[in-house]
Amino acid sequence: MMDRIAALGRLGFNVVATVGRAGYFLGGALAGVPKPAVGFPLLVRQLYSVGVLSLAIVVVSGLFIGMVLGLQGYTILSDYGSEAAVGQMIALTLVRELGPVVTALLFAGRAGSALTAEIGLMKATEQLSSMEMMGVDPLRRVIAPRLWAGFIAMPILAVIFSVVGIWGGMLVSVDWLGVFEGAFWGNMQSSVSFVDDVLNGVVKTVVFGFVCTWIAVFQGYDCVPTSAGISSATTKTVVYSSLAVLGLDFVLTAVMFGDF
Amino acid sequence: MAQRTTEIITGLFMIAGLAAVLVLALQVSGLSPKSAGDTYTLYANFNDVGGIAPRGKVAMAGVKVGSVRSVTLDKETFQARVELAIDADVDNIPADSSAVIRTSGILGDQYIDISIGGDMESLSPGDSFYSTQSAMNLERLITNFASGK
Repeated sequence: MMDRIAALGRLGFNVVATVGRAGYFLGGALAGVPKPAVGFPLLVRQLYSVGVLSLAIVVVSGLFIGMVLGLQGYTILSDYGSEAAVGQMIALTLVRELGPVVTALLFAGRAGSALTAEIGLMKATEQLSSMEMMGVDPLRRVIAPRLWAGFIAMPILAVIFSVVGIWGGMLVSVDWLGVFEGAFWGNMQSSVSFVDDVLNGVVKTVVFGFVCTWIAVFQGYDCVPTSAGISSATTKTVVYSSLAVLGLDFVLTAVMFGDF
Repeated sequence: MAQRTTEIITGLFMIAGLAAVLVLALQVSGLSPKSAGDTYTLYANFNDVGGIAPRGKVAMAGVKVGSVRSVTLDKETFQARVELAIDADVDNIPADSSAVIRTSGILGDQYIDISIGGDMESLSPGDSFYSTQSAMNLERLITNFASGK
C-alpha cells in the first residue's frame, strides 16, 4: 500500500520535473536566435524536411476528406431539399475544425515522429554532446531551426489542406452530384467570414504547430539514449501530440466559437 | 540534395501557402477588396426580431444592400432596435419604405428586406423606418389559429 502511494508521489515528481525541463528547454531554444547567415540555411533545410515532405500526405488526405464531406453532406442535406448548402457545410467544417485538427494529427505522425527519432539518435550517438564539446550550443544549432520550421510549416500545411479539401468537396458535389455551382459558392461566401472563421482556424493551427513541434523535439532531446528509449520517445510524441491537439482544440473552439 | 534546390522547393511551398490563404479569403469567404466601402446608418424598431443577429443581411428586391450592425432593446418602448449599415451608394431609399423580416427558403436564415415606398424624399443617415413588419412566428400563428382568433 505504502509502496503504491510512494510510486504515485514519484510519478508526480517526474511529471513536474519533465514539465520544468520542457519549459527550460523551450526557453533555451527560442532565446538563442542564431545569426541570419548561419541560421537561415538551417531553417530552410528544416522547413523542407518538416513542411515540403509532409505536403503529399496532407494534400491527399485533404482531397479525400473533402470528397467524403461532399458525399455525406449531400446525402443528408438532400433529405431536406437544401443540398445547395453543402458548400457552406464543407467550407465551415474544414476551415474551423478538420483543417487544423487533421493536419496537426498528420503532422504529429509524419513530421513529429521523424523529429523525435532524428534528435534521439543524435543524442544516442553522442552527436549532441560532441557539439557541446566543440562549443556549439545544440539548442541553437539543432533544436531552434526545427522548432521554428514546425511553427511556420504547420499553418501553411493546414491552409493548403482546407483549400484542397474544399476543391475535393466541389469536385464531388458540383461535378458529380450536380449541385448548382453558383449556389455552392454563393452559400459558402455568405456564411464564411474571413476574420471569424478563416483567421480563427489559422490561430488554431499556430497553436497546434507550436505544441506538436515542442513535444516532438523535447521528447527527442529528453529520451533515454538507447534504441528502446528512442522508440518509446517516438511513441510518446505521437500519443502526447494527438491528445494535446484534441484537448486544446476543444478549449480553443469553446473560446472562439462558444457563446459566452 | 543541393542547398539551392532545397531553397527553391521550400520557397515554392511557402508561395503555395500564401496562395491557399488568398483562395480562402477571396473564393471561400468572399472577401473582395472593394467590400469595405462606406456605409451609413439607419434604424428600424421591431416588435419581434426573430433570428436577426449582427452581420445579418439587409436586402432590397433580393439584392444585398447592407448588413445588421447591432440589435438592442429599447427600454422605453420594449421594442427591438436594429442598427443597419446600408451601402453608401444606395442613398435614395424612399422615406415611407418599410423594413420587413423575411426568411430565405423554408429553413433558411432570416434577413431584413426593405419594401420600397413611393415618397419623393429619401431616408437620410440616422433616420428610422416609419413602418416595420416583425418576424413571422410560426408558433404564435398556430396558437392564434388553434384558439380561433
